[in-house]
Amino acid sequence: MSAPAAGPGVRHVSLRGGVYADSVRLMQVSRDVGARDGVTAVLVAMATPLNVDLAAGMGLAPDADASAEQLLIGIRAVDDDALAAAVAAVDAALAERERSRATADAQPARTTGAALDEAPDVPTLAIVSVPGQYAVLEAADAIAAGRSVLVFSDGVPVEQEVALKRAARAAGVLVMGPDCGTAIVSGVALGFADVVRPGPVGVVAASGTGAQQVSCLLDMAGVGVSHVLGVGGRDLSEAVGGLATLDALAALDADPATERVLVVSKPPAPAVADAVADAASRLTTPVRSAVLSPETPDLTAAVEALLADMGVPVPAWPLREGNGATPAAGAVLKGCYSGGTLADEAMLVAAPALGDVRSNTPLRPELGIAVDPSAPDLSAPGHVVVDFGDDALTVGRAHPMIDPTLRLEAIARLAASGEPAVLLLDVVLGYGADPDPAASLAPALAAAGLPTVVALVGTDADPQGWSRQADALAAAGAAVFASNAAATRHALDLLGAAR
Amino acid sequence: MRDLLSGPPAVVAAGVDVFSAALREQGTRVADVDWRPPAFGDPGDLAALALDPRRAAANRTAVERVLAAGSQLVDVRPAREVLGLDDRTLLHSGPPLTWAAASGPMRGALVGACLFEGWAADVEDAERLLASGGVALDPCHHRSAVGPMAGVTSPSMWTWCLEDPVGGGRAYCNLNEGLGKVLRMGAFDEEVLTRLAWMRDVLGPLLARAVRSMPEPLDVKAVLAQMLQMGDEGHNRNRAGSLMALRDLAPALVALHAPGDDVAAALRFIGGNEHFFLNLGMPTAKLAMDAARDVPGSTMVTVMSRNGTEFGVQTAGTGDRWFTGPAQTPVGLFLGDYGPDDANPDIGDSAIMETYGVGGFSMAAAPAIVRFVGGTVPDALATTERMYQLTLAENPAMAIPVLGFRGAPTGIDVLSVARTGWLPQINTGMAGRVAGTGQVGAGLVQPPRECFEQALAALAQEARTPR
Repeated sequence: MSAPAAGPGVRHVSLRGGVYADSVRLMQVSRDVGARDGVTAVLVAMATPLNVDLAAGMGLAPDADASAEQLLIGIRAVDDDALAAAVAAVDAALAERERSRATADAQPARTTGAALDEAPDVPTLAIVSVPGQYAVLEAADAIAAGRSVLVFSDGVPVEQEVALKRAARAAGVLVMGPDCGTAIVSGVALGFADVVRPGPVGVVAASGTGAQQVSCLLDMAGVGVSHVLGVGGRDLSEAVGGLATLDALAALDADPATERVLVVSKPPAPAVADAVADAASRLTTPVRSAVLSPETPDLTAAVEALLADMGVPVPAWPLREGNGATPAAGAVLKGCYSGGTLADEAMLVAAPALGDVRSNTPLRPELGIAVDPSAPDLSAPGHVVVDFGDDALTVGRAHPMIDPTLRLEAIARLAASGEPAVLLLDVVLGYGADPDPAASLAPALAAAGLPTVVALVGTDADPQGWSRQADALAAAGAAVFASNAAATRHALDLLGAAR
Repeated sequence: MRDLLSGPPAVVAAGVDVFSAALREQGTRVADVDWRPPAFGDPGDLAALALDPRRAAANRTAVERVLAAGSQLVDVRPAREVLGLDDRTLLHSGPPLTWAAASGPMRGALVGACLFEGWAADVEDAERLLASGGVALDPCHHRSAVGPMAGVTSPSMWTWCLEDPVGGGRAYCNLNEGLGKVLRMGAFDEEVLTRLAWMRDVLGPLLARAVRSMPEPLDVKAVLAQMLQMGDEGHNRNRAGSLMALRDLAPALVALHAPGDDVAAALRFIGGNEHFFLNLGMPTAKLAMDAARDVPGSTMVTVMSRNGTEFGVQTAGTGDRWFTGPAQTPVGLFLGDYGPDDANPDIGDSAIMETYGVGGFSMAAAPAIVRFVGGTVPDALATTERMYQLTLAENPAMAIPVLGFRGAPTGIDVLSVARTGWLPQINTGMAGRVAGTGQVGAGLVQPPRECFEQALAALAQEARTPR
């Protein structure tokens, strides 16, 4: 309750229950607030009869009967602004708490919620990479605390994903993932992500390596990205309905650093695609899609179309000519991928030229093959592309972007089999990935002696350095491309099967 | 999208540390969660609770009611008048109990109460009566009451009557008998019965008249808040609180113009009993926790209590249901020649203090007690720090000086207990295992995990099929 003062200036007098502080603390608050400009009198004290008398003497008597367990706040100030500021200062001072520093071994936070409590004022994002069955607990903590969250974990049930994303929307925050490998927020790489120059393009990606491919190409074109927001591979499914994609689009539309948006995804559910297109059409920021399907351009072409929209010339994408072996007669394509999206793209580019491509993550179910994680090989008959990042092959081991073992074994088996082949593989650089993939891969490629094409996704600013890795791989005989689509086409050229 | 794109993020990371390392390499502020799999709970149950859209608001409601509740001492009455005790009913601490399942000190206290009420002529007679079911047993908690240790309350014992001026609730507790050989610790010899008779005939009526004569009811919550700043934690250490209560009661007692010897005896008894305030602190906590009863969707604990055989908890989201497990035996220091073999498993409603956020939860506030209950000052600080991770709020009214006047950790969240694997910390007294012994020591104890496992499963079930 605040009432005009009888004397000069304005006053505020209120009583609060449920707050107790010792008199020394309250005297400090009174003194500090009283020292503010425009404040002429302050009494913050427990409302004991003595203090109520004191307040009355200052012209700050409470209107209602006070009891000793109530907190009395009385302030006189020169004008309303100074008064409001003083009341706010009292609130802030009462809420302020010194953090406990008396204990030598502070107790580490066991939950995301507890860790967020420790830094209540820091704008914070949470990253969750705990086992999938528990990821929902940590993610829900972040949403409850009003923070966006990147859920790296896979194996989160889809109904939990939907519930999290609905809760996030209500809380005005974003859930990236689950199963989201890549994001870049204001230049900070989260999960598996590359060091990409800042720029005007915002990326929304339902695909981790797809997001890496387009952001690296944008960097190489001198354009750069504002943010890359991974939304999880299921976001555009019918079950999830593009909840995070729509929220990410809205966020990027409101972001002053973002002038264009690129949406990268596998083919969405038709109804969801319509909803996303409808939402995109209502944004002020132009939106372009890079959808991986037989009917749409590959990722590199999508980036080139975006560059054309922006009036930016398409650069010659970096490459290193290999001087490796020539394919033998009857050679087939053997793709050996760590990125699922890149594997898909390779099959989409190759299939029109080659016909059926078999895979553990096939374009059509009837082309499926199984790969034995204990003895991985590429030996199915004909053209084969294996995604070693598929969940079935990462159980109990690190992702092939970190741990090359399975791929190196598969390459050695392919070489030993004597099957005439062109080897196509990806190497993905950036934070979170193998710190020097060429160190193990280049000797393996040299030893295999196969005609080899590498899609090297990364930038020169990455910890591994694109050029450094490219040089090492080319020295081992591989032809190295920054564009996965270009790498695949080069492999087709080698097979003599170019369009 | 609040704050997400407005600048470089500061990150909290739970899971594999390779991502934290990459973020630090980029100069980003990262706080790592010391994550480990939940200690218990079916993953589906945990998820159901984490995603229960009611939970956040329900827990906020529950804990706000706890924080808002006040406590005023309004009367002192015989238990039969205010607790609805008929002539053959005894209240006891903890979850429901039978004579057959009762431990030594509980049996001792029940026997003593039968002798005190004149329902039995001697110990054997009392045991026969109790074994035959001739006396009804009911938990204190079922009647808005709480009792320390055995908590045995008989019709002619006097009880403190406290009222929450905010929510209007009432809570009751018997009068504290002092230390050593006392009924609540299971002792029932002549000395015990004589003291109880004096409390019934002299102390109770004096206190009743004094309390009724006070111009303003004693604000017990305010005393509790102050004692926390004076080195008491309100469960095992009540020295400052007892003296403050004496300070406020003494003028009223003297002004009664009762026989001087009686008034002097009452003042001497109160002043000589460091735990006198405990029986006022407990119903104060009880008022606050009862204010949070029956909030659908809330995972907050409203009761932790033990009967010497079982530990029981209740939650705001599951009403009056008890979730129980075997009571543990406290670890701590022993009086005289007593040792661990002499101690009875955990007993008493006094864990209501920890349920409210004081006692073991505010152990950092009581440096003088930590060694007595088997710890060091850093242990005490660490204990309170851990309890913050189990609780929903900090109670601004219960400030802990050494923690920068941070409020006591208040409102135990069953989901947080499951996730952290840390169990609530309770400071407690130890009664002798053998009926009639009395107190043997004091120490630290934790609830059995089963209580929280059952509560979690029930809350998850309730979350899936809301009422």
